[in-house]
Amino acid sequence: MTQHNNQQAQRKAAMAVLAHAEAGEIAARLRNLALESALPAHQDLRAPENGLVMLRGRVGGDGAPFNLGEATVSRAAVRLASGEVGFGYTLGRDGEKARLIALCDALVQSRDFGGLVERSVIAPLREQLMVKRKQAVAETAATKVDFYTMVRGEG
Amino acid sequence: MYVAVKGGERAIENAHRLLAHKRRGDQRVAEVTLNQISEQLGLAVDRVMSEGSLYDRELAALAIKQARGDLIEAIFLVRAFRATLPRFGTSEPVDTGAMRLQRRVSATFKDIPGGQILGPTFDYTHRLLDPSLAEGFVPETPATAEASTAPTPRVTDILGRDGLIESSPQAEDGASVGDLTREPLNFPAERDLRLQNLARGDEGFLLAMGYSTQRGYGRNHPFVGEIRFGEVEVEFFAEDAGFAVPLGAIELTECQMVNQFKGSATEAPCFTRGYGLTFGQSERKTMSMALVDRALRARELGEEVRAPAQDEEFVMSHSDNVQATGFVEHLKLPHYVDFQSELGLLRKLRQEFAESNTPDAMKEAAE
Repeated sequence: MTQHNNQQAQRKAAMAVLAHAEAGEIAARLRNLALESALPAHQDLRAPENGLVMLRGRVGGDGAPFNLGEATVSRAAVRLASGEVGFGYTLGRDGEKARLIALCDALVQSRDFGGLVERSVIAPLREQLMVKRKQAVAETAATKVDFYTMVRGEG
Repeated sequence: MYVAVKGGERAIENAHRLLAHKRRGDQRVAEVTLNQISEQLGLAVDRVMSEGSLYDRELAALAIKQARGDLIEAIFLVRAFRATLPRFGTSEPVDTGAMRLQRRVSATFKDIPGGQILGPTFDYTHRLLDPSLAEGFVPETPATAEASTAPTPRVTDILGRDGLIESSPQAEDGASVGDLTREPLNFPAERDLRLQNLARGDEGFLLAMGYSTQRGYGRNHPFVGEIRFGEVEVEFFAEDAGFAVPLGAIELTECQMVNQFKGSATEAPCFTRGYGLTFGQSERKTMSMALVDRALRARELGEEVRAPAQDEEFVMSHSDNVQATGFVEHLKLPHYVDFQSELGLLRKLRQEFAESNTPDAMKEAAE
């Protein structure tokens, strides 16, 4: 069970990075991986499909849920010849990206490729995401107000 | 009477051809790209996503281009598009407390934990047209500063700790959430449906309604507890995967309005709240939404319902600009037969009027 939870957490963490990357970036990293070790045979279990997800907020930010509005979402599923099934979900309508995420999710679960996909795909994309976020945070921080008190008169 | 009217097809086809030509404008001028719209007219895109009730920047940009910049027409296009896609399900509720903030201000406390963060704002600009933007403008690189790691709790959470403000209403796990895209609207409507309606409501309408409460039509003494704008992560419970999968992030604006107290013999007085949440960066809309949300709680809070902004049927039935534009603009479509019957009725009434106003003497003489 713990192992199952561990793997689930790992898959979620990988998806959280992949969802923020562009299809081209994921594909490029997978090509790098393939240089090291040929990708295992795989097939589409579910061809990429576009649809909607209703996004929910909470009343007051922390209360009962309500429906805020929808978002486009693309999804796909891929199966490796060795049996692992990966799922890909992403905001937007880029079916190829959903398929690449599904492939990565299947690889993350594979004994032979789990470490490799983390090292050559997920880790560099995570690094790239963190750099981008850090820059945004620094730019935002510069707009923080530093209040000071004006001293008037001779005091 | 049914009168078949034919012959418009050619005119319609040519009118649309002319529209496409006009939309493109002078062809010596470069065509605008979707990326340009999304990057440089970002707040228009945000509005179309919000009121189109569909988070997809590229589609909203396309809609704006197709609609020649008519945002309500663009919103209409986006709404029509969403009807063509299947719905996979609903997301886990987003956590605005965990927002990656790009802006966060409070008008109630100067020294909020995490600080006042202005972010990209029009506030404090002088609203003078800037000729340097006309062409070839290259902005300065943004300033950077060491980011604080201090948490940025919602201001309402801080007030809540001392019991000074009412807590948000909670729902039981698995309780159904109203969805006005699935069920017809019935009154009285609960807060979930009201917020969904307001979130997709017309910015101008909500602005006017919110403004009316400030001017005394349903006054509720608002303070901006907090406005925050930034990115939140979205998760979706995927049945096939068996867990909540990350979908990526969306930008949201949230407004916590703090309003006049309520209390009773059994409850100590505390501030009440109004809530606003919209896609993208849209403070005017989010603040208006929060004002109207609070006004619409009149019934629940035992206030007398006297003003339009407190009347949920009035507000919710007129907030949707796609419905409103549909009904207003349908008046310009052919009503020839309807009008013929009106004309017939009017002629009859006029004849009756003429007859009853003819002096009796004249009638007799005529006889």
